[in-house]
Amino acid sequence: MEALVNQLPIGLAIGAVLLLAALGLNFTFGQMGVINMAHGELIMVGAYTAYVLHAWVGINPAYSLLAALPTAFAVTGTLGWLLETTLIRHFYGRPLDTLLLTFGIGMILQQAARDIFGAPNVDVPAPTWLTGGITLPGDIRIHYSRLFILALAITCVIAIAHYLNRSRQGRRMRAVIHNRDLAAVSGINTRTVDATTFFIGSGLAGIAGVALTLIGPTGPTLGTNYIVDAFLVVVVGGLGRLSGTVLAAFALGILNATVEAWADASLAKLIVFTAIVAFLQARPQGLFTVKTRALT
Amino acid sequence: MAPTPTRTLTALTLTLGLTLTACSGNDTQGITDDTVTVGMIHSLSGTMAISEVTVRDAVQLAIDEINADGGVLGRTITPVIEDGASNETTFAERAEKLLQSDNAATVFGGWTSASRKAMLPVFERNNGLLWYPVQYEGLEASPNIVYTGATTNQQIIPALDYLREQGHTSLYLVGSDYVFPRTANQIITAYADAHDMDITAEEYTPLGHTEYSTITNDIARTEPDAVFNTLNGDSNVSFFQQLRSAGVTADDTPVLSVSVAEEEVEGIGTDNITGHLTAWNYYQTTDNDTNGVFVDAFTERYGTDRVTSDPMQSAYNSVYLWKAAVEAADSFDVDDVRAALDGITIDAPEGTITLDGDTQHVIKTARIGQVNDEGLIDEIWTSPEPIVPDPYLQGYDWAADLNG
Repeated sequence: MEALVNQLPIGLAIGAVLLLAALGLNFTFGQMGVINMAHGELIMVGAYTAYVLHAWVGINPAYSLLAALPTAFAVTGTLGWLLETTLIRHFYGRPLDTLLLTFGIGMILQQAARDIFGAPNVDVPAPTWLTGGITLPGDIRIHYSRLFILALAITCVIAIAHYLNRSRQGRRMRAVIHNRDLAAVSGINTRTVDATTFFIGSGLAGIAGVALTLIGPTGPTLGTNYIVDAFLVVVVGGLGRLSGTVLAAFALGILNATVEAWADASLAKLIVFTAIVAFLQARPQGLFTVKTRALT
Repeated sequence: MAPTPTRTLTALTLTLGLTLTACSGNDTQGITDDTVTVGMIHSLSGTMAISEVTVRDAVQLAIDEINADGGVLGRTITPVIEDGASNETTFAERAEKLLQSDNAATVFGGWTSASRKAMLPVFERNNGLLWYPVQYEGLEASPNIVYTGATTNQQIIPALDYLREQGHTSLYLVGSDYVFPRTANQIITAYADAHDMDITAEEYTPLGHTEYSTITNDIARTEPDAVFNTLNGDSNVSFFQQLRSAGVTADDTPVLSVSVAEEEVEGIGTDNITGHLTAWNYYQTTDNDTNGVFVDAFTERYGTDRVTSDPMQSAYNSVYLWKAAVEAADSFDVDDVRAALDGITIDAPEGTITLDGDTQHVIKTARIGQVNDEGLIDEIWTSPEPIVPDPYLQGYDWAADLNG
């Protein structure tokens, strides 16, 4: 029990990272049903945006992180929007082809990063105001960058919830997901909605990328480290449900941290995967479900 | 689009043409009056490309230097470059192609133990000769491989000797979950048992793992004298970042890494790793004339922002060692070259090194380094003399139970 309490903050920190990585996928995969294998590479593009702002544009590291968040959202959002309008939309309703297509796009983006920035990892220094941390009871130290990621993830979730529930655009998006034909008949331009959904989903990947530079390596293969976990979170949470994604991310994070307290990380991963498989056997639709007649 | 007869015919002709080219490839002469073909096989794509491309650059530099200097036995070296694509099956296939179609006189390459193990049967079957440049877990000595990196008794054991000399008697082991760290930690545990040292924990994480909060907090809490780090690749970045976050400094608990070289330091972030230790046989700062020439030649060719590291240097040496062995044998034939290996000595950037014919490993000096704030590694301890390779650790009583 004590181990669980001690590991709780670590689990929340891991969960926040998972949540950020999965939020964008909640849109493109969860809402639209597009198996976007390039999502990890969009995260990577976001991370390199932070690097470019710091190393090439030369913005003071104290602010470059904050500047990178909206910039990365715009850059990867636009990239995702371009991919959707030029390529992916021609593959709607063909999940296998989409999978191969986006996998290929991912490899192209990875190689592009390698050619532009070089194969070795690059260094994105954390802003000085994020150095240091707090010590919790049980001698657990939580770094400020972890708290920053947690706060960022929560902010994103609130913003998304607000957008989906309160804004016109967001309500249109939900209408299209629930019943595409009826939405189209009511005068909603479903093409525009699809493109917008993809823009937002990809943009969120960019934000995740910027945040990940704080805790991990920034290199061409950064995205591959997170893509499987991101898919797992969305699937466990239930496709298209924001609340499901949030709950699943923190549940997996805490489960991981708890198991790691007594088993090593390798074994912990195995146990978590087993738990997910068992869970999906019992509940293939995930934690929450939404009845949809969306893209199938 | 339905296939038209013309289209089908074109396709057929092309296929036939390709097949014919492939067959005629078998007749390529590996050695002519003025050229000798050698193979280079490294991962130029995929997850290992980050490391292996640097080794490819070093091999290429050595080949060009030798060619500019008149070649080997009067012949220009013509490299055939293959991409192992970070996939051991591809390594085996491409190696087979190098030996059978290109008739490569010898092959330089490999990085992961998995790729070496996959290529080993290919080289044994075709009686080829592979020059493998990376430190590895030992317990191997194939007559068809020359190991120019360190085996365990030239890297891990000297590192343990050093830690013991410094009075660090409790060790925390962290490693990636695959053959090298597992084997290394077995050796470390056996060493610790025999030398009254204490292993406080042995943690493994999957390759590419990025969440080290639990482990780093554990290190901060248990305060071991030192951490022995066998993590590989990107995980090091997360580990060192998060270790610093957990408030562990190099002064309190130094981390000794065996897979972090100059190349990795920048990606980890110099701030995160300054003061921590590494165990290798060569550093860019190693002080001798040959190294000065090597570093200058390398940075002149590839850019001043590039650094040189132990595996690169071992790969660079392997070309010169091969040249020396060929000249001693006065033949490119693999059996003749192998017979000439024993006692071949060259002045390498790491100092004077000698080939040991029995094990086909290199007799080399072990060096402990400390990362400085410029991202380079300063030598702080050197083994008293060059260490004779002992891949099966037969010379160590405490290691008797390890060979299995």
